[in-house]
Amino acid sequence: MKDPINMVITGVGGQGNILVSEILAKAASVEGFRVTVGESYGMSQRGGSVSSHIRLSRNCLYGPIIPAGHVDIIVGFEPVEAARIALELGSPNVKIIVNPRPVFPVHVLMGKCEYPPIEDLLDKIKGITAQTLIIESTVLAAQVGDPVVQNIIMVGALAGSGYMPIPRETFEEIITRVVPQKALELNQKAFKIGFETAQNINRS
Amino acid sequence: MGWKDAIEGKPGDLVLLNGNEAIARGAYEAGVRYASSYPGSPSSEITETLSRVPASDLYAEWSVNEIVSLEGATAASFAGLRAMCTMKADGLNVAFDFLTSMNLGGCKGGLVLTVADDPQGHSSVKEYDSRYLAKSAMVPVLEPSTVKEAREMAIKAFDISEQIKGPVLLRSVTRVSHSRGLVRLGALAQERKKAEFPVGQRFLTKTLFHMKARDRLIQAAIIFEECKFNYTEGPDRADTVIFCCGTSLLYAREAINILGLQGKIKLVKIGTTFPLPERFILSNLQGVKNVIFAEEIRSFIEEGVMLIYARHNIGNIRFYGKISGDISGVRGPFCGEMNPDIIIKAIARVKRIQYEAPGYSPETIVEFSTMLPPREYAMCPGCPHRASFWAVKTAIAVDSRDCIVAGDIGCYCLGAWDTGYNLFDSLHCMGAGPGIASGLSKLEKFGLKRPTLTIVGDSTFYHAVIPGLINGRYSGSDFLCIVLDNSVTAMTGHQPHPGSGISNHGRSTTAIPIEEIVRGLGIPCAITDPFENDKTAETISSTLREPGVKVLILRRECALVAARKHQHKKQRVYVDQSLCRGESCGCGRFCTSVWGCPGNIWDPVAGKAVIDEAVCAGCGVCATLCPAGAIIAEEVDK
Ligand code: SF4
Ligand code: SF4
Repeated sequence: MKDPINMVITGVGGQGNILVSEILAKAASVEGFRVTVGESYGMSQRGGSVSSHIRLSRNCLYGPIIPAGHVDIIVGFEPVEAARIALELGSPNVKIIVNPRPVFPVHVLMGKCEYPPIEDLLDKIKGITAQTLIIESTVLAAQVGDPVVQNIIMVGALAGSGYMPIPRETFEEIITRVVPQKALELNQKAFKIGFETAQNINRS
Repeated sequence: MGWKDAIEGKPGDLVLLNGNEAIARGAYEAGVRYASSYPGSPSSEITETLSRVPASDLYAEWSVNEIVSLEGATAASFAGLRAMCTMKADGLNVAFDFLTSMNLGGCKGGLVLTVADDPQGHSSVKEYDSRYLAKSAMVPVLEPSTVKEAREMAIKAFDISEQIKGPVLLRSVTRVSHSRGLVRLGALAQERKKAEFPVGQRFLTKTLFHMKARDRLIQAAIIFEECKFNYTEGPDRADTVIFCCGTSLLYAREAINILGLQGKIKLVKIGTTFPLPERFILSNLQGVKNVIFAEEIRSFIEEGVMLIYARHNIGNIRFYGKISGDISGVRGPFCGEMNPDIIIKAIARVKRIQYEAPGYSPETIVEFSTMLPPREYAMCPGCPHRASFWAVKTAIAVDSRDCIVAGDIGCYCLGAWDTGYNLFDSLHCMGAGPGIASGLSKLEKFGLKRPTLTIVGDSTFYHAVIPGLINGRYSGSDFLCIVLDNSVTAMTGHQPHPGSGISNHGRSTTAIPIEEIVRGLGIPCAITDPFENDKTAETISSTLREPGVKVLILRRECALVAARKHQHKKQRVYVDQSLCRGESCGCGRFCTSVWGCPGNIWDPVAGKAVIDEAVCAGCGVCATLCPAGAIIAEEVDK
């Protein structure tokens, strides 16, 4: 097993990055990893890009910023943000789990710049990664009953991808601990669907 | 929720906290009784966390500004209690007058001033190194490297403060405050000191007391020589050493590993950055050929170490840092934050080795990244500021005298950029707007014919605007001050302020309405709802024509607070595409390209506008602005 495991959760302010990095960090610590999470969310409420760097190691404590080229796994809640992180920190060895639903930046809405066609974007992402799992988490979240659990679908997909040495039960235990009681069932459902979707993807 | 673990966790628990929560926990364990702050990213979670401590154990306050905040905390120290005052780097300027005075006379109970710097300006308009201010105020500085150490240093800072009888500054940075790591909790202090201010005890400022402040620094230097926060890692002797502090310790460690130089480079970790532990540093300069410096923002340790070197006969050493230009990221030296790659580059240069980061070819990067649209900040869907800015823009156009707009700092600083229609002609610090507007209005006789208005926030109003208004009225200036009142300090996480009538602990207190203050100054004051956009624009343009200082409050709750409170949207908003003018609307699809709410999106297939219902907050303002009446806002039940 590679050490450290370097992961980035990325998306747009309001997509629930912080909860996801909390779940991952707690799950990893239950599994005996030393954990550091570096977050940049200063202006996240203002629709900016947000990303959390998560570093797991059995040997030592790593810093809150991943060096260029050293990210192993990217979980992208938005495809342009996933691509941005891949280019900044990735290498041909990186694995990406991405929600293909665009969140258009204001400049795109204002017609000042273009958002690339989604198929082209995903092809490009596939071209620079070792593996890309496309998870329609916004669609799946709506099916589960609430678009906000998009993030938990992605946690499920990460657990189901087998990219991390953390068993499903540990994730489930942490979700039970951090999610408020009244939203628990919804989140458990979301996790399950994400998990199964990732497991059923043909990766040949 | 980190605050829960930080406050309710048991001694011995291993919990995941961010740096701010760890500092709060440390303060709590150290028996802090008074915690005050003016909110400012990245520092706000400290007082937010301490506000959860039972009120019988601790008094917590969101103060009106940083200087009153520090004065209050210092008062608690005068009475022998432990106190922590927290602010972002910019806030230290506001508190500085008092800090430089009180530090002469000193204090009694442990007084820790926690200042969070924001290298890279993740949530600030400037990168500011508070260590230089601490140095000129003659206040000792501790600087944690990890979340775990943040807790330990917070505890130790109180002890040191009591030993030297003066304040101690705990310097955090965004990457400590907003990083999370595992922290082992310790026990809470058992001793419960009573607040006492004995007759005859006095705390005064006097020129001669500079000697006291100096002696306190000498005492701190002695303590710091033996302090566990300074240590070395790696070989005992090495020709190359890295002096580092803050998270640079972790970056430097990783850089050495990545380059495979374990055992060849020594790390000298400095946790007490002012005054520097001179003997400790000297012992780590002996026999060394190359010194690399890794620290956030400015070259503070670098200068200190080079000064120590200059005063002793140590032999030839080459120094690699910001001053030499070797420690430099994409923005060049002194700008932007540290990261492992900066240190890798510097070591590779010193050791004359080639390093290529794994990654992609420059062509791949350039080709792909040109496809990716940048993501600028935008105000939230349903944000009242967007409506306010639109009304201001409309009013200025109607007025047709090219009104100058002096801006201010908060969420609404976005008024300086596209999402706020590039309205601001100036943007500086909290409260700068009224002073600038007042000054400009005095220049008519020298030829300046443009009228001025200033836009400030509600929290800023209490913090720093009032003196500018008084000055404007007293000096007979002419300007309009628009106060965007959304009832909270929104930017930093929705802390209450004096207008909201709520205290830190969530209890109700007396609200002090902005309009009462303004009218009390004899300044005319009107109030409108920015969602009634036409009416607001008319009020702005008519008020702009009146002489003297005028205040207009644009009052509407922050969209995020409203959403949290009401749960359900009040209106369902949609586009009737049969009415939409499509590409030919306004200057080209008005609602998406000009108005710019993230809820207004484009349907490329129909060539018409559409509302993204997942994003739309249901404010209905776009419906009132659509020239074709194609956007419909319908009341929904509940
Ligand atoms: S403002 Fe109205 S008419 Fe113009 S593009 Fe938008 S919906 Fe269509
Ligand atoms: S009603 Fe219009 S302006 Fe208001 S949030 Fe929805 S899309 Fe934005």
